Amino acid sequence: MNFENQGVIKRLADGPENLAVVLGNGEANGVEVFAETVTQGDPSFAGPLAGVALKIPVYHVLEPEVVDVVPENLRQEKLELSSMVIDVEPMKQVLQVAREKL
Amino acid sequence: MIKGKKVIAIGERDGVPGPVIAECLEGAGMEVVFQATECFV
Repeated sequence: MNFENQGVIKRLADGPENLAVVLGNGEANGVEVFAETVTQGDPSFAGPLAGVALKIPVYHVLEPEVVDVVPENLRQEKLELSSMVIDVEPMKQVLQVAREKL
Repeated sequence: MIKGKKVIAIGERDGVPGPVIAECLEGAGMEVVFQATECFV
């Protein structure tokens, strides 16, 4: 995750907000890295979140936990095409493990 | 449960972009506090 975004997330997490991160990655390996960054800290140990375990619950936009709350018209218009080309199954496993560790 | 939380949307250029995630979640009545689109390589 780029350093600028890590910095913004760190600042937002300093506040009292009840936060969640929703990812839109196309590949599971990206999901794994991003999920680790916002839960356990930057795995590259180079960005603002290096060594900072924010423990923010993290989801993918195509997981049922997220898709099910999106209105039907938006789901069809904005997410249907992506859901046909992105394999969300391996991402679900990675993200469930990440959330269970919180 | 994701309902009731404030959302940070981190999209990807080769997946679902940040603005699309934000639009979907705002349509669901959720508050998106930050959105960005990354390029994961």
